[in-house]
Order: sequence, then structure tokens, then C-alpha cells
Amino acid sequence: MSTAEPDPPLGYGSMRRKEDTRFIRGQGSFIDDIKLGGMLHGAVLRSPYAHARIQSIDVSAAQAHPRVRAVITGETLATRDLAWMPTLAGDTQAVLATDKVRFQGQEVAFVVADDRYAARDALELIDVEYEPLPTVMDARQALDPDAPVVRDDLGASNHIFDWESGDAARTDEIFAAADVTIAEDLLYPRVHPAPLETCGAIADFDPISGKLTVWSTSQAPHPHRLLYSMVAGVPEHKIRVISPDIGGGFGNKVPLYPGYLCAIVGSMITGRPVKWIEDRSENLMSTSFARDYHMHGEIAATRDGKILAVRVRVLADHGAFNGAAQPTKFPAGFFGVFTGSYDLQAAHCQVTGVYTNKAPGGVAYSCSFRITEAVYLVERMVDMLAFELDADAAELRMQNLLRPDQFPYTCATGWVYDSGDYTSTLQLALDKADYTGLRQEQAAGRERGELMGIGISFFTEAVGAGPRKHMDIMGLGMADGVELRVNPGGTAVLRIAVQTQGQGHETTFAQIVAEELGIPPDRIEVVHGDTDQTPFGLGTYGSRSTPVSGAATAVAARRIRDKARVVAAAMLEVATGDLEWEKGRWYVRGDPDQGRSIAEIALAAHSDLELPAGVEGQLDASCVYNPPNLTYPCGAYVCVVDVDPGTGKVEVRRFVAVDDCGVRINPMIVEGQIHGGLADGIGMALMEVIAYDTQGNCLGGSFMDYLLPTAVECPSWELGETVTPSPHHPIGAKGVGESATVGSPPAVVNAVIDALRPFGVRHADMPLTPAQVWRATQGRPLRTDLAQS
Amino acid sequence: MTVNGTEYTRDVEPRMLLIHFIRDELELTGSHWGCDTSNCGACVLWLDGTPLKSCTALAAMANGRDIRTVEGLERGGELDPVQQGFIACHGLQCGFCTPGMLMTARWLIDHHPHPTEAEIREAISGQICRCTGYENIVRSVRWAAEHPSGAAS
Ligand code: FES
Ligand code: FES
Repeated sequence: MSTAEPDPPLGYGSMRRKEDTRFIRGQGSFIDDIKLGGMLHGAVLRSPYAHARIQSIDVSAAQAHPRVRAVITGETLATRDLAWMPTLAGDTQAVLATDKVRFQGQEVAFVVADDRYAARDALELIDVEYEPLPTVMDARQALDPDAPVVRDDLGASNHIFDWESGDAARTDEIFAAADVTIAEDLLYPRVHPAPLETCGAIADFDPISGKLTVWSTSQAPHPHRLLYSMVAGVPEHKIRVISPDIGGGFGNKVPLYPGYLCAIVGSMITGRPVKWIEDRSENLMSTSFARDYHMHGEIAATRDGKILAVRVRVLADHGAFNGAAQPTKFPAGFFGVFTGSYDLQAAHCQVTGVYTNKAPGGVAYSCSFRITEAVYLVERMVDMLAFELDADAAELRMQNLLRPDQFPYTCATGWVYDSGDYTSTLQLALDKADYTGLRQEQAAGRERGELMGIGISFFTEAVGAGPRKHMDIMGLGMADGVELRVNPGGTAVLRIAVQTQGQGHETTFAQIVAEELGIPPDRIEVVHGDTDQTPFGLGTYGSRSTPVSGAATAVAARRIRDKARVVAAAMLEVATGDLEWEKGRWYVRGDPDQGRSIAEIALAAHSDLELPAGVEGQLDASCVYNPPNLTYPCGAYVCVVDVDPGTGKVEVRRFVAVDDCGVRINPMIVEGQIHGGLADGIGMALMEVIAYDTQGNCLGGSFMDYLLPTAVECPSWELGETVTPSPHHPIGAKGVGESATVGSPPAVVNAVIDALRPFGVRHADMPLTPAQVWRATQGRPLRTDLAQS
Repeated sequence: MTVNGTEYTRDVEPRMLLIHFIRDELELTGSHWGCDTSNCGACVLWLDGTPLKSCTALAAMANGRDIRTVEGLERGGELDPVQQGFIACHGLQCGFCTPGMLMTARWLIDHHPHPTEAEIREAISGQICRCTGYENIVRSVRWAAEHPSGAAS
């Protein structure tokens, strides 16, 4: 386990985080901590129905409330052409409902008042008459001819898209000829990222200058600025979006939410700053959920365990608006990487997206654009194959994993895996877990009726979107800019397009510069989260900060190093070719005493020193990094559980996680991110679900119903690492922020199902609550997405 | 009421929650708010020396009482060992749960100077962290217990 070294390293290494000094004093500046002069407070009225026509809205009583400054409805917005807004997936979403409501919790009206209590009071005074409509809550019925139509504004069906990947004919051929084929329905239920801080915004519109400033919980300030400009009609250069400290994002804070826009309109109407902070139920019921993938998976293999092909049909429930946030050309995200970590001859997937009367979203919760679903699918199918063949789950994986000499490897659906040493990674995890010993213990325990389970997952991720040619969001290519300046005194300022929600950018990015230039990290200021202060970029999600902006930072630093070489040559009156670099200084080859430190060079670069023609003074550089490929981190996880045969309660006894994310800039931060993701996996596998009843009532709308793991459900994590650098990334790093969230759920589920082996259980859907486990032992596991009576 | 040694007198609505009073009226925004149902513990502070989820109390209930928040941990410019421990062991990521965790940790060590891992986990089990997977919080608390006078000891 990495602990911070007391003295900061001059580059990579475990280093105390620069941002901690404010947080441990309670001096962070989160959205709700910000107070502006004359600030008003907004609150959203939400629909109690999942599907209903709005007959009338009477706001007169609310308007008459002495502390209310404005009441805004869809009609108010329609007069400004603002009732609908574009989503990041190219759909439209109601800001405030005008015609009908389409999910429980949908935004209907917005009140602006003097304080937060008055705003809430006024919500009670708004009278909305609804005509309830039949609902479609089950994605599997959404395409029935008689299904109620959610988006009658668009057409007469709930169909959103069909998308496929891989070679269908070749896959079918292999399946037809294979010794063994297995098919299973798997549900990855709807879950919610539930960052501890909910979403919120403060909008401040200055009618004189026409400048709009929006502080918001945004993982993507620059794209948000463009969206605000499109919707609110304020030109981009007059909009400043600031992401202050953010209390966790996990993808929940990528989309634009109606509340943000309502705050903007509220500020335009009242002429004062308006703050809007959602409560927890609003967060869980209306903002970006994750998953809701109904998968029919199939795997084909030879009798002796050679995996040949995987085939999957998916029904993707996107809720009432297609609010998924993902690269435009990938409506199912990067689900196409369901080929996993194995050498398949063919693979094919077909995904159909549908509307239902549920909250919008889909891509969130550290999913790496749906690789969570892909990894879950393939890792469960491999375990089912082991079950069917009566093979050992570890041996079966070893037999089929890609070998190091196969990289770069083009998988059956066309993704080019950059590097990996999968068998070493898995072997290390098995050794750390003492896999053989565990199996012996399990066998002995089974004799005594104990239900101990051992689950393995091996994941490959594809992160760091991405190459501009293939990847854009709303037409914005997914390249990131950085600007780096070394000050005359030798300190530096780095401006980055991505921002932190806990990942520690202020530290990690300073370490990248430190490694390249030899300037101590505590002498490097990292500026982020403010569109007026930073270059353009797409934001922090999909584990893309280090792969894209991290690369940009290294490239910019190297450009500075090159420029410093020219300056040093002028200072020393030698040719640049005579100079050698060692961390922090250029010196004359063969005469190490003759050299200039980066600080000396910086001062000279700002001085009257004569520089060669064409070389400008000062020491700064910028870079817009367009990644040539994604990075492909991988990992092998082993989970050990004990299931109580009487109650079905699962206890996670051990969790071994070996990750390979290439070069680690700050191992302490990397391990911390892995810890967090492992806890997510336990949550999703065992307790988290946003289910609905048939009327469309959300059954996971509070932390009483939406259960999250606490310290007592989590074991002490046992980590290990292998390091296979990315060959195309300037520093060999790969994204890691989501690896554990992606890789851990199948390990937990595989362990529980393994524990239930004596009952002949082959599969049961998450979450594996005591009730679900007990049902599984009775041979009748439930669908977990719908309320059961 | 007294907060971190300073006395405050305010007229408030009877329904005002203590957490809102501390944050909005006194502008001590270190204590956070994270849920509607008293499940998350982001709002934990001390009332008369005992950790309390301050979203479950009315400001009026704290009338005449003594409150300590994360802003009152640092003494004479010296960080409390629990604060030092959270930095040294990477016990925080986004930092949103941190003030509540720190207040519980300080209380635990005051009452159980040598807590076991299980006792630490139990003590923070009413508080949610979405970032750290708890491991480094446990290590941070243990670090603080092992360094009762901070980094110098
Ligand atoms: S705010 Fe969640 S417990 Fe108090
Ligand atoms: S550090 Fe983010 S919630 Fe705990």
C-alpha cells in the first residue's frame, strides 16, 4: 500500500496531494459553499407521475408568496424558445415540461425565492392538474405494438436506434459448428453513481455586459459552455463556466440538467444570481443513471475449452430522453469491446435502444462508455462456460487469454488493443490470493455445508477518448488542449482542459511537468475548471484525463524543454547539439559542470539575452493532443465470499485486485482510485438498484432505498500491479479511474454464483441481495429491475 | 450557541436545520449536506462533545449548546493528527465526506486511543464515502491513533 513520501518526488511517485490542505480544513469551495451578493435560491417542482398529460399549471398562489421572486414554467421558457434543450446524445430533452411528463421526477416548474426554505414552500403552492397516462416501465415491452408511446413529440414508437458491431454471418457459422454453446439472459440493472455531493449551479447574468457566469457541478465545462450558448442564445465568448470543487462525479455530472438552465433563466429574469442545489431524491430520481442493459449473451467453445465466439443482443433502456453522454458515432458507447480479453475467432452484437417512462441517462457511474456492461457480459459468460464444462474458472481464462506476443491485437469487432501481459497479470492475482489454497478450503467447507465462493474476472478496458477522426461529442472532437508557462522565477503554471472531482489533478498533472522539466511539483500551479482560464477540451470522464490531457501536458513540457535547450545554448555559447538533458538542467556533453538549470534558463528566456533568429523569448508552450488510439488498461480480480445458507446474506471476505494501467504517475492516487471502484463493485453486485413499479414509481429514490456500501461491507483491499506501458502514450500511462468499477462487479457475482454451486445455480441477476440469493437457491431468481409483488 | 469556541446569537426560523444554520448563517461551510434521510454522514459535527448528524437536528435544539466543526479541529495553527493522517494516508479524494469522517475519527480516538480496524470501520459505518472504498480512511484514522501528537511524534 502506497503512503505519501514526506518530501515530494521530483516527478513520479507517491506524493501527498496538493488539494488536501484545503479539504481537511473544511476550506474546499463546493457549489453550495459559494455565496454571491444578492443571491436568490431556486427549487424545481417535479412530476409525481411517470407519464401524464399536463392539463393546467396554476402558479398564482406561488407567485403571491412574499418571498418569491419568480415562478417559471415550460410556457415561460417556450416564449424564449427554451422549453427544450439538446442532449449530448443528439436528442432533445424538456427543460420544463410543456405537453406531458414522461418520468417520475421530471421538471415541471421552477421557483426563485429569497432563501431555500421559501423556494420549497412555494413549490407546495403550485397547482398542476395531470391526466395520468399508461406507462411503459419494462424495456422488453417498449417495442410492443400497443405500448404507450413516450416520445409522441418524435414519432409513433419507442424505438431510438439499432446499432451492431462485428461479423454476424461468421459468428453464426461458428456457433452452428461449435461443440458447446451457452445462452443466458443477463440484466445489468439500472444503478446510480450517487456522488456524495448532488448536482447544482449558480447562474449570474449581467444584463449590462451581457456576460453570463455559471458555477456548476460540471465534469465538462467547455462543452457545457457551448450548450448554454446554443440554448440560452448568449454567445460563447460571453459565457464563463466554472467548475468549483466537486464532490465526486462518476459520470453523473457530465450531462446538462434542466436545473442549470432554470437557474440561468431565473437570473436573467430577476437580474440577480440564482443558486439551485438539488436534494438527494432529485439526484437519484432525475439525473443520469447508469446501465439498464438487458442482454441476451451467448458463448461458443470447443469441448476442451477453447473459446471461439461471443454473440449478444441488447435491449438498452435509455429512459424518457436519450440523455446518454458518449461519442456520437457510438450509440451503445464502447460496448463493442465485449470481446473481452480473449482471442476470439468472431463476435457480434446487436443493440437496440428504447424509450421508457424512466429518468434519462445511461452512460455514467465510471462505466468507460458501457465497458462495464461489456465486461460483465463476457466475464459472466466465461464463468458459465466453466460451469457447463465443469472446468476451473481460472484455468479456462488462462487457456484463452491473449498472449503478450499478440499485441497490438485487433479484436473481432475491430478495436486495436495497444498492450498487455494478461497471463502474468492473472497469475499474479491468483498467487496473491493463494488460489489453490482457496479452492482446497472451499472443497473442505462444502463438505460441512458452508457456502464459500471464489470469483474471478479479467477485464480489458478501452479508455482515453479519443482520436478526433472517430470520436466527438456534439461534433466536438475529443482532443484536449493544455498551456504551460515557466515563470521568470522558475515556477510554472499549467492550464488544463480537464478538471478534478477527486482524482487529484492538481497533484498528478504537476508531477507530469515535474518529471519532464525537473521543476518541483509544489512550484507548479495547475489551473482547471474555468473556461475563462483554461484551453478548450472535452472534460473529465471515461478515464480520459491522463490518456488525453496528461499526454498533452507531457508534450507541452517537452516543447518547453526543447525551447530551453535553445536558450541554454545561447547562454553557454555552444551549439544545441552539444547539450545533454538531465532532469532539471541542460549541460554541455563531456563537461557536466557547464550547465544551466531550468530556473536559470527561464530567467534568461525573459531577459535581454540574444536568442537565435526565429526563437521568441519567454518559456511557454501549448499542445492540443489528439490521441492516436485509446489506451487499454487491464486487470485480474479475485473475490472471495461467504454466503449464509440460512439467510442468503453475502459477505465479501477478501478482494484481490491486480491492475495494469501502464506507468503510474502517483501510485498512491492510482491505488486510491482502485479502492473506490472496488467498493462500487460490491455495491452494484450486492445492493444497488434503481427499480420501478408498474405505475412508474421510482423505488430507489433515497439512501434508505438505494443502498450503498459502507466501511463494514468492504474488506481490506489487496492490490497488486503489473506495468505494461502504452506504446503510443507519451509517458506510457493508461487511464485507470474506472477500471475497478468496470472489473469488480463480475468478480463479486462470479464468487456468489460459485458459492451457490451446490444448488446448481448458473446465473442470477444483480443485485444479489439476501432475498435474491435465497430465491436463486430455490431455482427461481428474480428480475431485479421491476417491483415484485 | 458556541461554535468552535465562538459564541453566536441569531434569530432563526424554528424549522431551520442545524446543518443549514451552520453553513448558511454562520458561513462555516466545512460541514456538508449529502442526503435527505440521515444516511450519509456528510453533516457530522460535535454537539456537546458527541458526533451528531446535524441534518437531524434543528438549529433551535442547539440553543446554548457547544458545537465543534471541522473548522475547529486545527489548534494554534497546528493540524490535528486526524487531519495529518488523512493527508499522509490519502484518506480523501473529492473531500466531500472528509469533514464528517474527521469529526468521527477525532471522537473515536479520544474515547478509544487504540482502535482496531473493526472498531474504526464500525465507527464510520453511518457515513458514506463514494470515492475511497474506505481502506485509506481506516489507515488514516489508525495513523492518527499511532501519532497522538501529530507528525513530530
Ligand atoms: S446530510 Fe446525510 S446524514 Fe446528514
Ligand atoms: S472522498 Fe469523496 S466522498 Fe469521500
